[in-house]
Amino acid sequence: MPNATSTLAQDWTAAPISLSRRLKDLLATTLAVVALIMVLAPLVAVFGYLVYKGIGSINLDFLTQTPKPVGEPGGGMANAIAGSCLILLIGSMFGVPLGVGAGIYLAEYGRGGRFGDAIRFTSDVLNGVPSIIVGIVAYGLVVLKQGHFSALAGGVALAIMMVPTITRATEEMLLLVPISVREAAYGLGVSRWRTTLSITLRTATSGVITGVMLAFARVAGETAPLLFTAFGNQYWNWKINEPTAALPLQIFTYAISPFDEWHRQAWAGALILIVLIVISVTAVRIAASRGMLKGAS
Amino acid sequence: MKEQESLAGTFHPIADHLFHGLMLLCGVSVLAIVALIIFELITKSTLSWHAFGWSFFARSEWDPVNDQYGAMPFIYGTIVSSLLALLLAVPLAIGVAVFITEMCPEWLRVPLAFTTELLAAIPSVIYGLWAIFVLVPLLRTEVEPILGRLFGWTGLFEGTPYGIGMLAAGIILAIMIVPIISSITREVMTAVPRQQREAVLALGATRWEMIRVGVLRNARAGIMGGIILGLGRALGETMAVTMVIGNRPEIARSLFAPGYTMASVIANEFSEATGDLYLSSLVEVGLALFLVTIIVNIIAQFLVWTVTRGTPARSNA
Repeated sequence: MPNATSTLAQDWTAAPISLSRRLKDLLATTLAVVALIMVLAPLVAVFGYLVYKGIGSINLDFLTQTPKPVGEPGGGMANAIAGSCLILLIGSMFGVPLGVGAGIYLAEYGRGGRFGDAIRFTSDVLNGVPSIIVGIVAYGLVVLKQGHFSALAGGVALAIMMVPTITRATEEMLLLVPISVREAAYGLGVSRWRTTLSITLRTATSGVITGVMLAFARVAGETAPLLFTAFGNQYWNWKINEPTAALPLQIFTYAISPFDEWHRQAWAGALILIVLIVISVTAVRIAASRGMLKGAS
Repeated sequence: MKEQESLAGTFHPIADHLFHGLMLLCGVSVLAIVALIIFELITKSTLSWHAFGWSFFARSEWDPVNDQYGAMPFIYGTIVSSLLALLLAVPLAIGVAVFITEMCPEWLRVPLAFTTELLAAIPSVIYGLWAIFVLVPLLRTEVEPILGRLFGWTGLFEGTPYGIGMLAAGIILAIMIVPIISSITREVMTAVPRQQREAVLALGATRWEMIRVGVLRNARAGIMGGIILGLGRALGETMAVTMVIGNRPEIARSLFAPGYTMASVIANEFSEATGDLYLSSLVEVGLALFLVTIIVNIIAQFLVWTVTRGTPARSNA
């Protein structure tokens, strides 16, 4: 479509059009290109620096050891990587079923109704809530009740952030499944809940997974909601009731510290974090563009 | 739908009702989460509300030692850094959207759109890290001295160029909100019917005139929605800003001066807040931030919705 319009435009600029109008057209095009370059420049700069600064600092120690005390060289972020996995696992355990369930409700039961609209609207509102606010709420709900910071609290905060993305993605994907597919199942005498789970959701599985992955990638780098929930930890921790290190938290702590050694490790941690996120986002993108994740066929 | 319900219901009424109930529970939990957020913020901030009332938002002292709290410097910092970000991001985002939807060759469209959206996938803390070690030194040694020499007389660019400060926060926020604004602008521009473009071209317009009259004017409300959505994101952004804004509760005219935002004061002080009034004041800052971002987001959603769902906005309005 843009191709067709742009060739049309070129044909017309060939017609006698005043110089000032042609200059304005040229100027607009130039400005748009300049804007594009100015937007892409930070992207290149961020990735460039991450690779440049980070790659030299990633070694076996970094991936297998816990942080060393200030002043001692070496040490790593292994416990933070593991902690992030733990927190994300807890977050997904709460967030994914809740989000998918809410999506199913919206698509299968809440179509067109006032109540469904209210949930849809609330979900969009929740999506816009600043992550630091979610942190305060998770602090009040879990940390205050337990009396100490914990991986569980961090997981709850991330779960709250995952729900709206997953809900809307699930709803959209389920709505793509044609009514006739459901009707075929009903016609065979399959009950409604069975149809929803085994036919509709199954047909849309890959699309729902895309939504889950996007939500996952979004919260994987979240730092603000973990500051006073998971809190961070210098040692290994596998208990959900203990303060836990997380990769983004560790990057933050190291970045604002005054030590060169820690700065170096912050870059390395950031590189690992971004690689994990970009891999998941790109994989989802490629799969989606190849139609592998298209719901109904 | 009615027919399906009765058909399906005849087979496993109990299981069906159970499933319906379970899914309803999930749906209701979305409402419950938001209700819980509001409840938590309100109950935990009552102490500060009783102590300071409305004046909390007008006072500019923030003194944990004497238990005196006022949110003015944070409100100021949040607004100034966000507006600065919008000022920088909006022209760039619209330029990129125009280029991708109307100007660039088709084979370049998807890769470019994907690349700009990649900016949105970078976590805030990584932007912060990059800003501390790359952007801030650049501002300190190159950009700010020049700005100070050229525009120092405005008062906006005076004082010692630390690098860290409001300007750095505004720039990093701008980089972070460009993808949102430009992806929504692209979305609403694509929603403008093709006939609009053809009609304007048929009148002998150049490509730019076609974009301006045929596309941008019709997509105006939606673009505004995208901008406001970007504003909402900027207001609530925490980590990157916290890392470069300087974290000093002061109101200064110069953009070189350090400042503080609502989100960053919570991030920095919440886990160390001793004293109930201190904690309560921080939660009240959070409540204010929550309400503002919610209102901003609702307005934005509404504006985007008018363009993408309904007919294009009237061009003569």
